[in-house]
Amino acid sequence: MNWIDHYNYWIVIFLMMLGFYAIIASDNLVKKIIGLNIFQTSVFVLFISMGKVPGGVAPILRDDPTVLYSNPLPHVLILTAIVVGVATTALALALVVRIHEAYGSIEEDEIHEQDQLAG
Amino acid sequence: MKHHSILRIITKLLIPLILLFALYVQFHGDFGPGGGFQAGVIFAAGLILYALVFGLDTASEVIKEWVLMILVPLGVLIYAGVGVASLILGGNFLDYNVLAHDPVHGQHLGILLVELGVGVTVAAGLTTIFFAFAGRGRRNPEGALITKAANPTQEPQR
Amino acid sequence: MSMQLSAHLPALQIVVPLIVAPLSLLLRNPRLIWMAAFAATATCLGIAVALYSQVLQQGEIRYFMGGWAPPIGIEYRIDQFNALMLILVSLVGTVVLPFARTSVDKEISRQRQPMFWTAWMLCFTGLLGIVATGDAFNVFVFLEVSSLATYAMIAAGKDRRGLTSAYQYLIMGTIGATFILIGIGLLYMLTGTLNMADLAARLPDVTQPRTLKTAFVFIVVGCSLKLALFPLHLWMPNAYAFAPSAVTAFIAATATKVSIYVMLRFFYTIFGAEFSFGTMPLGEVLMILALVAMFSGSLVAVFEQNVKRMLAYSSVAQIGYIMLGISLATTTGLAAGMLHLFNHALIKGALFMAIGAVVYRTGSAQLDQLAGLGKKMPWTMAGFVAAGLCLIGVPLTTGFLSKWYLVTASFDAGRTVIPVMILISSLLAVIYIWKVVETVYFKPALALKPGQEAITEAPLSLLVPLWVMVAINFGFGLQGSVIWQTVLQAARQLAGES
Repeated sequence: MNWIDHYNYWIVIFLMMLGFYAIIASDNLVKKIIGLNIFQTSVFVLFISMGKVPGGVAPILRDDPTVLYSNPLPHVLILTAIVVGVATTALALALVVRIHEAYGSIEEDEIHEQDQLAG
Repeated sequence: MKHHSILRIITKLLIPLILLFALYVQFHGDFGPGGGFQAGVIFAAGLILYALVFGLDTASEVIKEWVLMILVPLGVLIYAGVGVASLILGGNFLDYNVLAHDPVHGQHLGILLVELGVGVTVAAGLTTIFFAFAGRGRRNPEGALITKAANPTQEPQR
Repeated sequence: MSMQLSAHLPALQIVVPLIVAPLSLLLRNPRLIWMAAFAATATCLGIAVALYSQVLQQGEIRYFMGGWAPPIGIEYRIDQFNALMLILVSLVGTVVLPFARTSVDKEISRQRQPMFWTAWMLCFTGLLGIVATGDAFNVFVFLEVSSLATYAMIAAGKDRRGLTSAYQYLIMGTIGATFILIGIGLLYMLTGTLNMADLAARLPDVTQPRTLKTAFVFIVVGCSLKLALFPLHLWMPNAYAFAPSAVTAFIAATATKVSIYVMLRFFYTIFGAEFSFGTMPLGEVLMILALVAMFSGSLVAVFEQNVKRMLAYSSVAQIGYIMLGISLATTTGLAAGMLHLFNHALIKGALFMAIGAVVYRTGSAQLDQLAGLGKKMPWTMAGFVAAGLCLIGVPLTTGFLSKWYLVTASFDAGRTVIPVMILISSLLAVIYIWKVVETVYFKPALALKPGQEAITEAPLSLLVPLWVMVAINFGFGLQGSVIWQTVLQAARQLAGES
């Protein structure tokens, strides 16, 4: 098995680690959300790339029974997961907007400082 | 806003096409790629484009907030309603076969209605999300949008 | 009307609360919404009980959504364990809702209440859905439905720290859910199916053990994040402390428990006990984490000055007990863990309601603010003490029951050190509950701040749900052997022994 054969996995792993790093390393709440999005996208890519059948065509019903289709199910699953991701992002951004209104900052350390001061 | 005439004209030309394409994706979803979610997103994109180019105040005159707040739950209720209807007609939840005399017609009708529900909720939901973000900082304590007419001095907050 | 109601209970269990969620946005009036929500929740409790008796009579119930048979369609599958979980979730919902009405009125502005109730019902629907479904991907979807609703509810309170804790929970929770999604994706890659029973049938033939192990690890870590297993519990104390009181009582009693359910479902039904505890060194890992959780959670709770946070850390410890039972990898251990899951849900529900009633009157959950409340709010504090006794595990209470069986199960499994650990950790629970008791009953009341109203007993609408929950706890304790047999039977079915 050649390592380049599974290049989709390398892309997935790279994206996943990139997103993860952004979530952990950045102090900025919006950047964390961006990281979370990249992280989630890597999983979307994982699912979609596994639905690909070599030589398969788009899974639209044809009369010819010999046609090889790509697997549409992962796409459908990921459509659902994308919707969930959009909802999560919207909610996270809404929280950030309200955090900004309440604290005047979206930097984690500054918010933490304010909480400490307030007791 | 007056001097962005290219933007304004192109937008005016594009919006009907975008909305039409959304409806195509919605109703062609039974036969080809498409469906309620995609259609709802495209429809919302049309509305959001309008709001971006012509301003939030103009947009909120076209798309009233209270209408959106009815449409969002309405779509979910359509979806659940189809399920309950199929229950009452003797099938399992969301079993479209029983919706019409012929199972094939039933499936057609069922998926059409369910996708309609999805489309309505997604379009209204995304537009609501956009309005909520864009209108933030321009709301009175009760949560209603402060329009320019009501409060001419207030600048949009950065 | 050719529909037969009893055949559609698995669907109705989810649909009834689901319909109330959008309805509450249309109704606008908080009173009407609450009535609809309560009617739906109580109906859910009825449905759950009916489902359980159906399961006892005719064995596993399978319900095909949309009439599509699995593995193509989504199947709802009810066995004894998830029927009991459905009863737990809807019971907690039914008892907490009357409490929530009064408490939410005070903590959330009237304009926001319709949206709050929508989130509440979505959360409730999601939790029931996770439990009822027999489809692995459906679990993820419902998990996110309930989690997103929970994040929104946590942020709905007046304290601005609720916002940051909701944000923190959102980030951690989403990572957890995404890990579960990765695991499910890998399982789908290996088998081409998402139906749990079908997965279980196909996984033994899988020829790539490495992918299977990876999937397992992702799912274990994802679930551990969601159920706040040490050291992945960091989101929990703040989320519980700064959420509106009713939300804390509800999610503390249900959300983490349902995540444990998901974990058990994956361990036993999908991967099988042999793979989970034999091929993978799960028992050892979980046991160590559970023991550390028991001690670290209790120790932090002892030093915590905010009672809500104290109870949250105590939850970390209690989840440790539950996982300890599971990590023994025996059926009695599993049953003991499950019993503690149910007990802890009811105990924590009661405790958080008691402290919610205190917050309702005093506006604070800080320990020093509770001084002398024993005289001013005697019923509330008596409820707290009663539930506290259950938490410690005083004989004749629910807590004693599950700890007793945990001890027995660990002796049976040949782990003789563990009973000692359970005893010591329970003593820590005595300390932190005693700290509250001491402040409440033996310290002089604080002088009222200027403009502050005199503190009186909590209104009946808060006290009645609290005492109903306490009564359920003591009822459980008195009916110990019946409850144990019920849970043991469910555990046997889950472990595939019956």
